[in-house]
Amino acid sequence: MLMRRVIPCLDVHAGRVVKGIQFQALRDAGEPVELAKIYAQQGADELVLLDVSATPEGREHALATVRDVRRQLPLPLTVGGGVRMLEDATALLEAGADKVAVNTAAVSRPELLGEMASAFGCQCTVLALDAARAGNGWQVVVRSGRDRLELDVVEWAQAAVEEGAGEILLTSWDRDGTGSGYDLELLQAVCGAVGVPVIASGGAETAEHMAQALLAGADAVLAASILHDGHTTVSAIKRRLATLGMEVRL
Amino acid sequence: MSADVLIVRTGAANLASVVAAFERLGRSVKITDNAFAVRNAKRVVLPGVGAFGPVARRLGENGLGEAIRHRVEEDLPTLAVCLGLHLLAEGSEEGEDAEGLGLLKARASRYPKSVVVPQLGWNTVEVDQDCRMLREGAAYFANSYRLSDRPQGWQVAWSEHGGTFIAAVERGNVLGCQFHPELSGSWGADLLERWLGCEGAVTC
Repeated sequence: MLMRRVIPCLDVHAGRVVKGIQFQALRDAGEPVELAKIYAQQGADELVLLDVSATPEGREHALATVRDVRRQLPLPLTVGGGVRMLEDATALLEAGADKVAVNTAAVSRPELLGEMASAFGCQCTVLALDAARAGNGWQVVVRSGRDRLELDVVEWAQAAVEEGAGEILLTSWDRDGTGSGYDLELLQAVCGAVGVPVIASGGAETAEHMAQALLAGADAVLAASILHDGHTTVSAIKRRLATLGMEVRL
Repeated sequence: MSADVLIVRTGAANLASVVAAFERLGRSVKITDNAFAVRNAKRVVLPGVGAFGPVARRLGENGLGEAIRHRVEEDLPTLAVCLGLHLLAEGSEEGEDAEGLGLLKARASRYPKSVVVPQLGWNTVEVDQDCRMLREGAAYFANSYRLSDRPQGWQVAWSEHGGTFIAAVERGNVLGCQFHPELSGSWGADLLERWLGCEGAVTC
């Protein structure tokens, strides 16, 4: 039986792991390769690495980081941040990513998802989707939270899967970094609308929050601050999820 | 100088993870699309990212398919991963107009709509009693198509996603995995180690 995944997320800037609140106020959280090794030992199911620098120098740094992490990591690695064209995705896969996440560029040009899926398969093609509450629904947010679009999150998720996205990394912009739990209604809406796996992101403080996300339909949960700050470990989270009745790999 | 492991370049595959897995086990790795080298290498990996149709056609055109067929028929140490496993089979719903190598009497088909597709994540693996390399545990899968029926003459490991499917097959020195051993943590590394322990045409 397919198990639910716990995925540590490393936001990387200039070769260091950083963490902010609602994508702002970055602070240092450690060395990527060291953290990757620690999380792998703790039983992480895979790893997400997001390049938050969005500069040409940052991009070179990120490729070097991907190569270094790949050498050490016997787990799947998703990399995102600043992917604009098929060539960017190719460079990341060659450096050692197993999946590539696209955000802003996919909104500007959805065909990018199709190009990636044809070249590498939909299982390599991840849509990173940032959502902010607006009225009774959610708006797509791009450019690290700077722009809110007149684009409905659920409709965009469906269109992106149609294009070729094989997985959705769904972040609640309202909850990110707050520790107040995932936006469960958002998860239910998106998971109910697409047939591909959804990774819940933004707002987790406890294993109970994660169990709620999995019950809402998420296939996996992303966690960053609570792990980097040493509040808990992947193994402790997974043991707790198991006692809450979730199927996880222990 | 010959490498410990030769990886077949089938086209658009991401090879970094497979290379890194063998290097972590202290083995030297080379990547090639030379059919003669593939036929004669000590150990060969047929990796698995891409779509069935284009890759199957390319293998048919450039002689790599025949080299792989020779290895499997002669029981030379060979590892096929994910799409690589489907290439050993007769064909796939993913590319009906292309043919596999027919070494496994089975065809790949898509998972039913009742489950999440692609299957991305760790799934449990159960094994036939007479498996030598394969063990029970959990492995990382990333696939939309799978083999379901037991192929004659192979030992089989099973998993479950919208019904039972084939997680892996083994016969002598040949191992075919639907999952990615290179991404399956220490369980996957142990499996690669057992496959590396195979020595040439002698069944070990």
